[in-house]
This record gives sequence, structure tokens and C-alpha cells, in this order.
Amino acid sequence: MNITLRIWRQQNHDDQGRMVSYGVDDISPDMSFLEMLDVLNEQLTLTGDDPVAFDHDCREGICGMCSLMINGLAHGPEALTATCQLHMRHFADGDVIDIEPWRSNAFPVIKDLIVDRSALDRIVQAGGYISAPTGSAPDANTTSVARKDADRAFDGAACISCGACVAACPNGSASLFLGAKITHLGSLPQGQPERDSRAVSMTAQHDAEGFGGCTQIGECTAVCPAGIPLDMISQLNHDVLSGLTQPGGQ
Amino acid sequence: MTVKTTAGRYGRALRSSVVLHAVMAVGGLIMALYLVAHMYGNLKIFSGQAAFDGYSSYLRTIGEPLLPYSGALWILRVVLLVSVGAHIYAAFVLWHRARAATGGKGGWRYQTTRNRRGVQRSYASFTMRWGGIVILLFVIYHLLHLTANVIAPGGASESPYERMINGFSIWWVVLSYVIALIALGFHLRHGVWSAFASLGANTSVVRRRRLNQLAYAVTIVIIGGFLIPPVSILMGWVR
Ligand code: HEM
Ligand code: SF4
Ligand code: FES
Repeated sequence: MNITLRIWRQQNHDDQGRMVSYGVDDISPDMSFLEMLDVLNEQLTLTGDDPVAFDHDCREGICGMCSLMINGLAHGPEALTATCQLHMRHFADGDVIDIEPWRSNAFPVIKDLIVDRSALDRIVQAGGYISAPTGSAPDANTTSVARKDADRAFDGAACISCGACVAACPNGSASLFLGAKITHLGSLPQGQPERDSRAVSMTAQHDAEGFGGCTQIGECTAVCPAGIPLDMISQLNHDVLSGLTQPGGQ
Repeated sequence: MTVKTTAGRYGRALRSSVVLHAVMAVGGLIMALYLVAHMYGNLKIFSGQAAFDGYSSYLRTIGEPLLPYSGALWILRVVLLVSVGAHIYAAFVLWHRARAATGGKGGWRYQTTRNRRGVQRSYASFTMRWGGIVILLFVIYHLLHLTANVIAPGGASESPYERMINGFSIWWVVLSYVIALIALGFHLRHGVWSAFASLGANTSVVRRRRLNQLAYAVTIVIIGGFLIPPVSILMGWVR
């Protein structure tokens, strides 16, 4: 396949940045999207140009590092698929593909397609943990967890913190991410002691980072590679409202 | 055992978008309930002038003698005014925050022109803000017309029944109502579902579908009910 790429190039955070066109030829439909970019970068290196900077790590859909806006869609056109799991067979010979970084005021561009997503880490630091007694590991089954709760927690835990939800949201909100984290720990017995303070603190941090609010449009769920459902945002709203109104919640 | 939140974070969460959305949701739902009652009242036009005007003055005597004349109506007006004020205040603060979060461009912040309409947004969900402004302008016009009697297309009158007949006998008055009701319909279609979700009631995929069905039902009842009297008057079925 021969593909034309229009890629956002930006030297550093202070650079203006612009879209630049490149051609890549003889791309196999079995290549992943990132392998196709590797081909481009080899080409650029050979000609002495600066290779395109993009985030990636595991390349198997679990680490959350890959983060490309492909033709205006976070992680590209395939549902439930991270950029690294997207294959070139979903494109056609001769296609022009636009590639841009996640856009959000809370995600400053570092270089080209790489943005700084530390804001998500700071949200987790604000309350994404449980207090567990130290010492030897507890015996298995000392705390029983209902199947329903375990499944719900696991569904939330599937979030890979990629930030696609923010990139796709017209309000620039990280509510789906936040809802997944709140639901993950808040559904388990081990997460109950901090349930209120976790929801309150993480929400405070979410807003302090400059993310917008959720208007229940659902663009985030359409692009989320982990299939986090919209109702986890409602769970977040519920837990924040009850956390703020608990006696002694402060 | 519960772990406490620090005061700074508690205060910040109190001013968070989550709380503003809850405020907006409660205000919006109160307005929607009011609209149901208002729509029901309008349908009394079919019982004739005496019944309609009588209903109008009855509204002013609710709660008497415990409440003064017009007392209940004024309580309702204050509740409504607070709801409207809180709703609009929250809407504008959230609008400002969404703009700040996206460099002022919302869903249009990418260079590419592809997929600008996103994947699964609805027309209703994307027109809440401008649609709300249309509704606000209409409400002002509406109050000047039928409540304050300041604008009187078709002729002023002391009788609410006659004000309605006079106004809605004119095609462009009816047209302006229809346009406003369409805007209101879109706002309610997304707003009712969104309000419940903002308050934490969307607990599963099935519940999401039910809440959306509820929003459709509320919208159809309110908009349909409001459309019947003006259209009937224009058609000359009521005079
Ligand atoms: C007067 C001008 C109005 C403005 C500027 C306005 C604006 C907005 C905005 C921006 C939203 C948020 C959209 C979202 O969350 O998806 C909203 C939601 C809503 N509006 Fe309005 N609106 C207005 C009037 C009304 C009226 C008259 C009603 C009466 C029924 C209403 C009912 C609702 C409801 C139920 C919601 C959902 C609340 C939520 O999302 O949590 N609005 N409105
Ligand atoms: S909720 Fe989905 S889109 Fe958002 S950060 Fe988690 S995995 Fe990525
Ligand atoms: S590179 Fe790890 S999820 Fe894509």
C-alpha cells in the first residue's frame, strides 16, 4: 500500500507547530499503525531528517502509552482498539491519513505527537490507592467479594490511562478516566474506607488540572480502547455527591 | 472507618464541575416539572373561556387562607427563578471551563476536518448551550406577551383566554412558538437523561437505555401538549 501521511510536527512546547506531508510506500496491510510509522522514521533518518516523535511502549494494548489522533478519531477508526493494535488493513491504498497529538490544555505537547499526560498521574496520586495493613500477605478468601462487584471492579480496572477520552471529549473532560478509577477501587470491600475521600480528592485534582465537565455526550466511550462504559461517570457523580454530603466528610 | 478529605480538596470539589452539573440537573428537572403543569393548564383552553380564566384566578387562590392571595404562585415563581438562575449560572461556568480545557475550540480543536462530528454524539447533545440561549430569549418574549401583557399581537385583553386566542390566531406568532418548542424539545431530549446521569442514576447499560427512553417520553408529552392549543386556535377549532 502507498499512503500519504499528514503529521503534526512541533519541535518543542514553545514551537508553533504545523501539519507536514510525507509519503510511505510498500506498506504491508499486516503492519500495525506504529510499524508503519517506524517505516516512515527509518526513511526520515536515512535522509537526515528528524524522525517523528510518538509515544509507545508495549505495543500490545495494555500500557496506554500510544496516543494518536488519526483522522480526527482518538486511536483511529476501529472500536475497542488502541493505536498500537490498529492494523493498516483498515486503510486503503492511496489513503491520506491525518495524524495529530491528543489535544487538551491539561496535556501540553512535548514534541510532535507526544503530549505530557502527567495530569492523569496526579489525579491518581490524589486518591487512587487503598490503605492496606503491612505485614505478611493475607490468607486467600479472608475478604469475600461478590462476583458482581469483582466484575465491576475489573471492568473499571481495564482502563489503561491512555487519555483518549480526554482527546475525544468536546468539553476536554477526563471524566471517563476518573469514573473508571473511582469504580475500580470503590466497588471492592478493600476500597471502602477511602471511598468518599477518594472520589472527592480525585475530583478536586481533576478540576485543578483544568479538565472540563461531563455533559453526557459519550464521545469518550466511542474511542475508549478498554470499553469503559458511560455509567462509570454516573458512579463518579454519585460517589462525589455522597462523599461531599457525608457527615464528617471533610 | 472512613478516611477524611483535606479541607482544601473538599472545598475545591464543592466547586467542581460534578457539583455544578448536579445544580444544573436539579434546576433543569424543576423547570421540566413546571413545564408539565403549565402544559396541562394550557389544555384547559378547550373547556372554554370561563373555565380557563377561572383556572387562572384559581391559581392565585391556592393555599388561601393560609397563604395570601397569589401567595402560592409567588412561592412557585421564586422557586422557578432560583432554578433558572442556578441553571444558567452553572451552564455558563461549565461552558467557560470547557472552552478553557480545549483552547476555546471544543470538538473543533484538531487540524483535520475529518470526523468533526465525532462518532456518537446526537444533535441534541451538541446544541445544549446555544439551544438553551434560544429558549431563554423565547421565555423573555413569552413572559412579555402572555404574562406581563406588554407585547400584544392580535390585541391586548384582561382575560388570559382572549390573550391566548388573539395571539395564536396570527400565523407568525404560532410559528415562533413552534420554533421555540422544537429548541426546547431538543434541550429536554438530552437534558432529562443527562440530569439523571449527572445525579448518579445511570447505573448500567440497561438503565442508560431506560433513562433515554424516559427523556423521549417526557419530551414528547411536553412538546406535544404545548403544541395542541396554539395549533387548534390557528386552525379555528377554538375561538
Ligand atoms: C434559559 C436558558 C437555558 C440555558 C442557557 C440552558 C443551558 C443548558 C446547558 C448548557 C446544559 C448542559 C448540557 C448538558 O449537560 O448536556 C443544560 C442542561 C439541562 N437543561 Fe438547560 N438551559 C436553559 C433552559 C432550560 C429550561 C427552560 C429547561 C426546562 C426544562 C432546561 C432543562 C435542562 C435539563 C433537565 C438539563 C440537564 C442537566 C444536566 O445535564 O445535568 N434548561 N441546559
Ligand atoms: S477511560 Fe478509556 S480512553 Fe479514558 S484513559 Fe481509560 S482506557 Fe483510555
Ligand atoms: S503501546 Fe501500549 S497500549 Fe499501545
